[in-house]
Amino acid sequence: MPTIRVSANGEAALETRDVRVRYGNNEAIKGITMEIPRKRVVALIGPSGCGKSTLLRCFNRMNDLVPSAAVTGEVLFHGENLYADHVDPVEVRRRIGMVFQKPNPFPKSIYDNVAFGPRLYGRPPDLDDIVERSLRQAALWDEVKDRMNDNALGLSGGQQQRLCIARALAVTPEILLMDEPASALDPIASAKIEELIQQLVEHYTIVIVTHNMQQAARVSHYTAYLYIGELIEYDDTNTIFTAPHEKHTEDYVTGRFG
Amino acid sequence: MSVERHSLEAPPELVARRRRGKVFQYLCLSATLVGVVTLVVLLADVLIDGVAWLTPTFFTEFPSRIPARAGIKSALYGTVWLMGLCALISFPLGVAAAVWLEEYAKKGWLQTVIQTNIANLAGVPSIVYGILGLAVFVRWMVPFTGGRSVISGALTISLLVLPILIIASQEAIRAVPGSIREASYGLGATKWQTVRHHVLPNAMPGILTGTILALSRAIGETAPLIMIGALTFIAFVPDGPRDQFTVLSIQIYNWASRPQPEFQHLAAAAIIVLLMLLLSMNALAIWLRNRHHREW
Repeated sequence: MPTIRVSANGEAALETRDVRVRYGNNEAIKGITMEIPRKRVVALIGPSGCGKSTLLRCFNRMNDLVPSAAVTGEVLFHGENLYADHVDPVEVRRRIGMVFQKPNPFPKSIYDNVAFGPRLYGRPPDLDDIVERSLRQAALWDEVKDRMNDNALGLSGGQQQRLCIARALAVTPEILLMDEPASALDPIASAKIEELIQQLVEHYTIVIVTHNMQQAARVSHYTAYLYIGELIEYDDTNTIFTAPHEKHTEDYVTGRFG
Repeated sequence: MSVERHSLEAPPELVARRRRGKVFQYLCLSATLVGVVTLVVLLADVLIDGVAWLTPTFFTEFPSRIPARAGIKSALYGTVWLMGLCALISFPLGVAAAVWLEEYAKKGWLQTVIQTNIANLAGVPSIVYGILGLAVFVRWMVPFTGGRSVISGALTISLLVLPILIIASQEAIRAVPGSIREASYGLGATKWQTVRHHVLPNAMPGILTGTILALSRAIGETAPLIMIGALTFIAFVPDGPRDQFTVLSIQIYNWASRPQPEFQHLAAAAIIVLLMLLLSMNALAIWLRNRHHREW
């Protein structure tokens, strides 16, 4: 199977080795080994239930919150296994941020949403700057700068999702994991998120799970195709969508199933 | 079935089906009315009996052998003391227990056993709590509680409301969407930070509503307090948690069991006061719930 190899020149932001996830007796991820290149967008695609969200949640140990999930194998971040005994999942999640499928702002003010992360680690004196910088990075600042104390739930869906992105950026992660970030949004809001991803990748490594193949084709540099817990093919996005090596991949991206 | 019908008018078979539906509808209505009418009659009876006795002195006088001079001062103070202490004791215990069960406890046999027991405890007759209170708080812990005191009563009533309070708090905590927890954990918050900043604040309206409803159930409790020996004739108000006390429900019980008609009127007046307290607590609960009603 063709795959992306970047570890030789130290350019991998994340590297998985034979990662398996089991829910009770059901193996959702069946031994995936892959590398996520630094400051690139990697899309995970595949039909529903193929394990792409489960795999994404291995990258910042969100699976720990599901009592029945058991993860084996290694996920290396700067050469350190995220699942090693000495690693604290709370620290992992600060370094590797996450944006969820449904916008989930806290029922607090816009300011407090963004400030929540930085405040977890103490009382940063430059909190206002952090909030402004994060909102600017998420392309939301101009829309909300005059109503920072309004409740975040009053924003539109697309604004809420960009607020969630700003909130994740405020704790300065190195990697941003996005679990179908635009699937609950209308096409215009969705396009804004895609545009944003392309700006963010200058500073961050982004892994995005998506159901929308056009979206994967538009925003990502590399695409991984998963099917029932296995990595079928992982290559340049262009190759995956125009000249995949696997028949299975071709059937999926051309819409013959899934 | 081959007969072709052109009219959309109800055929006889449908008329019969509709009639059966109507019968059931009226059966349900009369079942509802049994409850409502009884309640209205009871309220009217109490109001007619008692309203005239609701004078200012009724609130400022202690109980007396002479009906015209009898009042509910000690009972009212006792009730307020009891409820206040009970809230102070049961609220932190109940909320903490609910947080542990919902956020910390690993799903497993231990959690199931605890959960089942709490549900069962909520159904235990209150007199049983009275017996427990008598043995533990009044007798065994006498150096601390001072015997048949307000604090003994409050501890007993706290045991009684705890299961209800825990279950109500658990439901409120469970109603906080998982997406909020995920957002918090995803930013690198610890469990405590997530509970402190998101779970508890968002669950608090529900928890407070549950607490008030639990307390409003407790305010009418009589049996366990008689069991632990809350006195019925007290001509002083409690100065502290270790003082003896009486409450409205016991005062009502006492007056209602006397033969003289004047005491029946006093009992009715005291019932009105108790009902007013109860209704205002429930109103507060509803107000709290509506004020914090939230769309996710």
